[in-house]
Amino acid sequence: MWNVVLSSLVSGFTHLTWQSSFLIFLGCLLLYLAIAKGFEPLLLIPIGFGVILGNLPLAGLAASDEGGVLNIIYKAGILTEIFPCLIFVGLGAMIDFGPMLANPSVLIFGAAGQFGIFLTLLLALALGFSRPEACSIAIIGACDGPTAIYVTTKYARELLPAVSIAAYSYMSLVPIIQPPIMRALTTKAERSVVMAYGEKKVSKRVKILFPVVAGLITMLIAPMGAPLMGMLMLGNFLKESGVVGRLADVSSGAMVNIVTLLLGLCIGCSMLGGNFLQWQTILVFILGLAAISLDTVTGVLLGKLMCVLTKGKINPLVGAAGTSAFPMSARVVQKEGQKANPRSFLLWHAIGANTGGQIGSVMAASVMLAILAGIGIMPTP
Amino acid sequence: MKDWAFGLTMTIAGMGVTFLTLYILTLVIRLMDRIYPYREEKKDKGS
Repeated sequence: MWNVVLSSLVSGFTHLTWQSSFLIFLGCLLLYLAIAKGFEPLLLIPIGFGVILGNLPLAGLAASDEGGVLNIIYKAGILTEIFPCLIFVGLGAMIDFGPMLANPSVLIFGAAGQFGIFLTLLLALALGFSRPEACSIAIIGACDGPTAIYVTTKYARELLPAVSIAAYSYMSLVPIIQPPIMRALTTKAERSVVMAYGEKKVSKRVKILFPVVAGLITMLIAPMGAPLMGMLMLGNFLKESGVVGRLADVSSGAMVNIVTLLLGLCIGCSMLGGNFLQWQTILVFILGLAAISLDTVTGVLLGKLMCVLTKGKINPLVGAAGTSAFPMSARVVQKEGQKANPRSFLLWHAIGANTGGQIGSVMAASVMLAILAGIGIMPTP
Repeated sequence: MKDWAFGLTMTIAGMGVTFLTLYILTLVIRLMDRIYPYREEKKDKGS
């Protein structure tokens, strides 16, 4: 009798493997990074806790444990792609397109900031990843967690934990990854360029019309990305219309917070020792880093070109904000600009490029999905 | 389609469409700004 009681009491310990122990340690490390270092705590805390819960033996809390509470949330929110779409509604309600509307030239940086996606796609193909896997890894370069999750859920679910962790980790590491590249590619004189501060104002009508018009154009060009673009523009329209403050507030507040919590938990509990601790995961992380670095390189290079074409009116650093790591990239640009020239205030322009990056990343993902579908590679049902 | 051809097609089409779309959006924004330029909000009549 006592043997049975004792064995059932210690069964959790006896079923621990070194892989699940390592993942539990990793979950604790994510919690530490979130709390002590302030790395994306809103995401890393649910993810870290999800990793711990998912790797507890016999608890039935892994994403793959059929019928478990987190399995139900995982299937309902991630596999159906509802969570990324809802996050985009919240994101849209938080974004102010004003700086971009006041200076639309910076929108083009939002395209340059996506180059890393496609260069990484070529690298991933060269390393032997299949086409759907290569696309899912490359989309880390979008610097946009929900977009990365959306594409990976459709085409390479086995890579979802690695891709989503890489996407969110690198987003939080943008202040560490981007500055050395920005400094290496520009001279001090280029970094010191002062751009006219955003005095130009935009009418309320333009702000209201933009999400509708831009949404229609982008969704007609690339309908595969309509679920993401449509939700982004819906969120922004709620905010700019000015007549549904309650909906805008709940989208950018309570709703996005709840979805972020559940999304983080689901990602965490899908990181299981057996399927996460593989060489493939390390390759995904290396390629993800390459993607974000290449985004920065191409953004800054376009910035240099624009600087020459406009005879020194554009600071090349603004190009680095063309990624959709919002608003981290814009803050990095502002900081680097001020280091080179304390009279330089680039934040306004960088925020414009950064919001352009949001649109650019969804466009790049939409084209990717359209081409995959076009050549007959269908999403996982 | 070979993987390289697939990758290059994706790169050219992806970057081409992204640049083109954002360029179209810049034109649309400029057009909207011309049609509805910013005007100072009217002050409260009572003041």
